[in-house]
Amino acid sequence: MNAQSTEIATYNFAYLDEQTKRMIRRAILKGIAIPGYQVPFASREMPMPYGWGTGGVQVTASIIGPDDVLKVIDQGADDTTNAVSIRAFFKKVAKVAVTTETAKATIIQTRHRIPEHPLNAGQVLVFQVPIPEPLRFLEPRETETRKMHALEEYGLMHVKLYEDIAKHGRIATTYAYPVKVEGRYVMDPSPTPKFDNPKMHRSPALQLFGAGREKRIYAVPPFTDVVSLDFEDHPFEVQTFDQPCALCGAANVYLDEVILDDHGGHMFVCSDTDHCEKRRADSTSPSWGGRAKGADGGNGQSSLSSTPTPARRADPRHKGEGKEAE
Amino acid sequence: MYVAVKGGEAAIANAHRLLADRRRGDRAVPALRLDQIVEQLALGVDRVMSEGSLYDRELAALAVVQARGDMIEAIFLVRAYRTTLPRFGYTNPVDSGAMQVERRISATYKDLPGGQVLGPTFDYTHRLLDPELAAGAEVETPAQRPVEPEAMPRVSAILAHEGLIEADGEMPLDHVPGDITREPLQFPMARDIRLQALSRGDEGFLLALGYSTQRGYARNHPFVGEIRIGEVELELDVPELPFAVPLGSIRVTECQMVNQFKGSAKAPPQFTRGYGLVFGQSERKAMAMALCDRALRAGELGEDVVAAAQDEEFVISHSDNVQATGFVEHLKLPHYVDFQAELGLVRRLRAEYEARENEDKVEEKKEAAE
Amino acid sequence: MDIATQSIDGGFAEPVFNAQVVFRAIMDAMARPGAVQDVPQLTRPPAPLSATAAAAALSLCDNDTPVWLDPPLQAEASVKAWLGFHTGAPMANTPADAHFALIANPKEMAALDGFAQGTQEYPDRSTTLIFLVDDLASGPSLLLEGPGIEKTSMIAPPGMPRHFVEQWKQNNQRFPRGVDIILAAPGSLACLPRTTRIKTMEA
Repeated sequence: MNAQSTEIATYNFAYLDEQTKRMIRRAILKGIAIPGYQVPFASREMPMPYGWGTGGVQVTASIIGPDDVLKVIDQGADDTTNAVSIRAFFKKVAKVAVTTETAKATIIQTRHRIPEHPLNAGQVLVFQVPIPEPLRFLEPRETETRKMHALEEYGLMHVKLYEDIAKHGRIATTYAYPVKVEGRYVMDPSPTPKFDNPKMHRSPALQLFGAGREKRIYAVPPFTDVVSLDFEDHPFEVQTFDQPCALCGAANVYLDEVILDDHGGHMFVCSDTDHCEKRRADSTSPSWGGRAKGADGGNGQSSLSSTPTPARRADPRHKGEGKEAE
Repeated sequence: MYVAVKGGEAAIANAHRLLADRRRGDRAVPALRLDQIVEQLALGVDRVMSEGSLYDRELAALAVVQARGDMIEAIFLVRAYRTTLPRFGYTNPVDSGAMQVERRISATYKDLPGGQVLGPTFDYTHRLLDPELAAGAEVETPAQRPVEPEAMPRVSAILAHEGLIEADGEMPLDHVPGDITREPLQFPMARDIRLQALSRGDEGFLLALGYSTQRGYARNHPFVGEIRIGEVELELDVPELPFAVPLGSIRVTECQMVNQFKGSAKAPPQFTRGYGLVFGQSERKAMAMALCDRALRAGELGEDVVAAAQDEEFVISHSDNVQATGFVEHLKLPHYVDFQAELGLVRRLRAEYEARENEDKVEEKKEAAE
Repeated sequence: MDIATQSIDGGFAEPVFNAQVVFRAIMDAMARPGAVQDVPQLTRPPAPLSATAAAAALSLCDNDTPVWLDPPLQAEASVKAWLGFHTGAPMANTPADAHFALIANPKEMAALDGFAQGTQEYPDRSTTLIFLVDDLASGPSLLLEGPGIEKTSMIAPPGMPRHFVEQWKQNNQRFPRGVDIILAAPGSLACLPRTTRIKTMEA
């Protein structure tokens, strides 16, 4: 019946028992049929803590087969501890092939990022979700938020976003930025930076979301409209960076700020480690080394580095390079 | 040159080796055996079974030692194992009235049929540290009166003769009890589901909530109708057999609170009840559970919901310590992508703020100069 | 062969892996409405239940999911026994109680709105219909659009229910409530989730 060697003979393939998998699989199908709607499911205790990806792990465990190739990222990186731990878990309980290459993976489990490399039809992106209810911080009661979704009553969310504008001159939500799916359900995209929201819109890949502690599964099928909430006079905009990645020179990607010393020295590098490594390995990459702006050349358009913090790069190749318009 | 941190796998493996070393401690000290934990840390084992929702002393003892005595970690280990076990069926409801009682007390009557049985209790011990215990002194054989062969009636049954206490639940005959481990929670919930959640809820959380009801946050005038601890029989109906199959017995603690109730639009004046039932011996947990159960019946009894302990979504959503610890502790995980996004926003807002301040200062200077 | 023997034979040879393969085909089909997914023959159920429909049932149904059978399936004690043995699923008393419905003869079936539609709060509490169809290409063409479809997609199952296009339009209008359909053909399947709109149908 099951495929495990004697080493872990007491656990089924992919850890979950078949009844649990069926229950989760049914929830996934309902999620796909009702895009953006949070399907309640009887989430199980997993051998990692709630809040550490148990929802994503249950979804992945329910869809994965021996022929799949799995990639796991956390913060965009394959080598963050929790990504390493979850990848090792599936290597052990499902004996599947794993990869760090976005293009080679059939299933990508992620926390907080969507890979920079465009996804393909046939790929499945599994998000780990801490709080699936986009209205939760406006209304803590499940009984109330469920009614709001039923009646498509999302005024509260618009009021909140508009209060931001009144107070700060802009929408002060930078991650877990709410989206509307196929014109119906307001959905939490999980705590990805809003930079990644546009990647969800009409993606060729299937996007599945698992919230283990909160016991919800939801989905966005391929080629489905995913629109970030905004206002006519304050259209949605993503973060931009003044400078490209200090390592690979990529522009228009999400960057991590890496602190280099205790005197404010820092550099910006790709959050997507696979993307960065690929570009660096590919020496013919046209962006390599050529796109950097001056070390302290904030152009004031950026939401991330508009304060003129001098970025002192460690990589000498980037130092003092010419400016180039984006 | 900056190099992204690598080697997460090796770091994790090394951390786990160090953990194993620290768990074992000084090798000159004999390693704990599970039977020692089962026998001598029995109440800790009981708590792990109760909140882990798995009645197996040996596994609970293993979890306790594996978790280095961290109870919530031990409960988590048991839960994660339990969830992989196949479900063979559901036993018939246990009859706590037929319990083989080791302890049974009532605060509402001086004496009652079956008597007050103190049993193995910390009550009335003077909390003086015992040097003899540290020295490993021999322990006397206990004196116990012979177990009464006939069952002890429950206090609720005694009160029911007068018709002054509400009857056992009003569940319809065809009600199939839910199972919080197999079905997603849905609010509002039936009392059977709520009691399951409370029974595996965190002892400390329920204790604090129960305590809050005593201090006036949804006061419900409780009396301990009865607490009983002992063994109850488990029986399973098997479709192929004409009789229920006995599976053995488990030790449980049951608490029935009797609560004064002056009546409401929905219910006449009478005594109402709060109920607590947990695996093993844990009076504190069973009592706290009973207080919370009664508080959570506010809606059913037509009382105003004014305090945290009466708020079903609040109590049940936060009572599970495995969920709570996971989510609190997940804050340790890297969040630098989101932090970067917030950093950018705060820098921008701050720059705008300072620009405004500077403008104001310039204005002031101008005005002063004029 | 008596019913008892029949009911034990013909299930998944490798339950864990077979169920995963069939589920992935259904998941991909549900995510890409109209796209045909191959399903190997993994079951040998008693007639008139088909291998593909039976494989879908085995990978999705269990004790927690009441199943409704249409009259041609209902009439075969061996079908009920086989499904009962391999899934443990109870039989639903009415279509409205069913989590899944197996329909051997969609042409003669009761109206779609007789099945569970879910509620506005819980639209997931609806029936998933599994239609047994001869193929996915010989019937009137259905031009599809909606989530999961880049531009349009096309499918042509024969023997669909009466007034299907009109019924399906009503199903669309009930969104988020509504039923979803798995079209089970020999060796392949396709899906019509409630979000899929039928643009036109050629007779």
